[in-house]
Amino acid sequence: MKSVANGDVVSGGVLAGLGVFVVVQASGWDYLAPEGPGPGFFPLWYGLALIALSLGLMIGALRRRAAAPEHGVHWGEVGRALFAWTALTVAIGLLNVLGFVLSFALLTFFIVSIMYRRPLGFGLAAGAVSAAAFYLIFPLALNVALPTGLFGF
Amino acid sequence: MDVLSGLIHGFSVAVAPVNLMWCFVGCFLGTVVGIMPGLGPAATIAMLLPLTFKMDPTSAIIMLAGIYYGAKYGGSTTSILLNVPGESASVVTCLDGYQMARKGRAGAALGIAAIASFIAGTVGVIALMLISPPLAKVALSFSSPEYFALMALGLAMVVLLAGKSLVKALLAMLVGLWIASMGTDLFTATSRFTFGHSELLDGVDFVIVAIGVFAVGEVLGNMEQREASQMLPVPKGLRNLLPTMEELKACRFAFLNGSIVGFLIGVLPGAGSTIASFISYGIEKAVSKHPEKFGTGVPEGVAAPEGANNSETGGALVPMLTLGIPGSSTTAILLAALILWGLKPGPLMIQDNPNLFWGLVASMYVGNVMLLVLNIPLIPLFAQILRLPVELLYPIIFGISMVGVYSVSGSLFDVWMLSAFGLLGYLMRKLDYPSAPLILGLVLGDSMERALRQSLMMSQGELGILVSRPISAVMLGLAVLILLLPLFRKANAWRVRALEENG
Repeated sequence: MKSVANGDVVSGGVLAGLGVFVVVQASGWDYLAPEGPGPGFFPLWYGLALIALSLGLMIGALRRRAAAPEHGVHWGEVGRALFAWTALTVAIGLLNVLGFVLSFALLTFFIVSIMYRRPLGFGLAAGAVSAAAFYLIFPLALNVALPTGLFGF
Repeated sequence: MDVLSGLIHGFSVAVAPVNLMWCFVGCFLGTVVGIMPGLGPAATIAMLLPLTFKMDPTSAIIMLAGIYYGAKYGGSTTSILLNVPGESASVVTCLDGYQMARKGRAGAALGIAAIASFIAGTVGVIALMLISPPLAKVALSFSSPEYFALMALGLAMVVLLAGKSLVKALLAMLVGLWIASMGTDLFTATSRFTFGHSELLDGVDFVIVAIGVFAVGEVLGNMEQREASQMLPVPKGLRNLLPTMEELKACRFAFLNGSIVGFLIGVLPGAGSTIASFISYGIEKAVSKHPEKFGTGVPEGVAAPEGANNSETGGALVPMLTLGIPGSSTTAILLAALILWGLKPGPLMIQDNPNLFWGLVASMYVGNVMLLVLNIPLIPLFAQILRLPVELLYPIIFGISMVGVYSVSGSLFDVWMLSAFGLLGYLMRKLDYPSAPLILGLVLGDSMERALRQSLMMSQGELGILVSRPISAVMLGLAVLILLLPLFRKANAWRVRALEENG
């Protein structure tokens, strides 16, 4: 399938790049020290293996791609997942400004009302109740600290 | 300590009120996550791991193991009622379980799944108890070269965890090794792959990777679609949940088959409960007098795979507790948990921590009884969990993941890494890279590098030390054989194709 083959070519390329990075870094460290293998010994070998295997993956994928029928990626589905990931990342970015409770309430509201298209009131209530429940369970009941923001909670 | 006195000691630990409570909590949570499609025991254990840091390790492992085997009980519920496996090990249960439910025998199917799980789960614990101590005694003679060979054998098991592509599994494992080598090198104090961040000097915490790849990655994958499946009605009342005598009679061999096959496959690192359930189902069908009825709703088709995936748990704990080698993603997380609590899983585990080992074994007997009681009469109640809207469940999982990671070090940098590993987990799913090998590489990487460097220090750089010692040579030979397995399979496929083309 073409989409899988394309994914293999791209991911193989990224991993080959990672392998080159590992090998370059490892070559800057001692390979063998007087008392035995140095810090560069192990990374050098798995870095080389990363390059070899990812090149193998890319070549195999390019060969398959030539013969494979057209098969599209469901970009809508991927977009939804990446949208959710972006929301999570923004919520993490807001942790040191708004604190966990408010950031989490916003994240819940976003998922419930924007991504799953439930009524705004329901989303707001879900965000408020779940954030309050986290606050009651973690800092108060279990004594587990949550990230705090400018408002002190 | 012999087996009988060990078991008596274990029961004295397991029936302590606090441990009974944690066992119940684990079994209850396990059943709940088993029922919920899209949330597996590995993700749940990873998320809850940080909360166990302040607990007594024995109570904590009793609870986490309860989640592990409890999920196997719960996993059948969605297979039977929704035709959607609650976890991968319950895929085969869909074949006959859902068909039984469509014929109005959902209660009997759920009852058979619970009974098979109880019988096979108990057999698995008995075998774990009998096999682990002698195996640990053999492993006591191990030194650095044997440990290196053992880790290499563990990593070679990636072949069995590979899924569709061995190359992708090996690449995932190598990325795991790379993450494992981040931080300060213990031998020379050199910083490796820290990118100038002081937060990375201690390395990347296993918990962050596990929660990111399993919990966040899994939820992102599930969020691709908005629709939920339609559930068949759950029968109410105990009588409707009990199978008939005829159905139980038909399952006699399936109970035995599931128990034995599940345990044996569980002991093999890398094979896993999904393979165990498929093989057990295949054997059941092969020896059946009416194989053509399989897939149309026969009770044996539910009993065999459900038994196998429960007995597998006992088997999978053998290499983890006695050799320190995890055979699956869940046991890899349990292994990491033991290390995080300051314990050393391996041959000395039983000798040094009899409370933990025997307490865990005894708690599994207790837990299996709890699960039988929980699963037969309370299934209609548990099934209501399926009515929890996913749009409320997913943010809760994100929230628990963030809190779990933040509680490890109190560092927001770790929460940022959670986001990165969540994306990695999602992309791995999307591009068909198995995540278990990454976890295997991450868990074994550090110990493997240390064992290799210690071995070469012992021999002053002479690699021959790895093959000159018999145990280490045998294990390395086995590792090479396992790695070559796919080549043999490919060669055989070419041979068969050539024979077909010629004649």
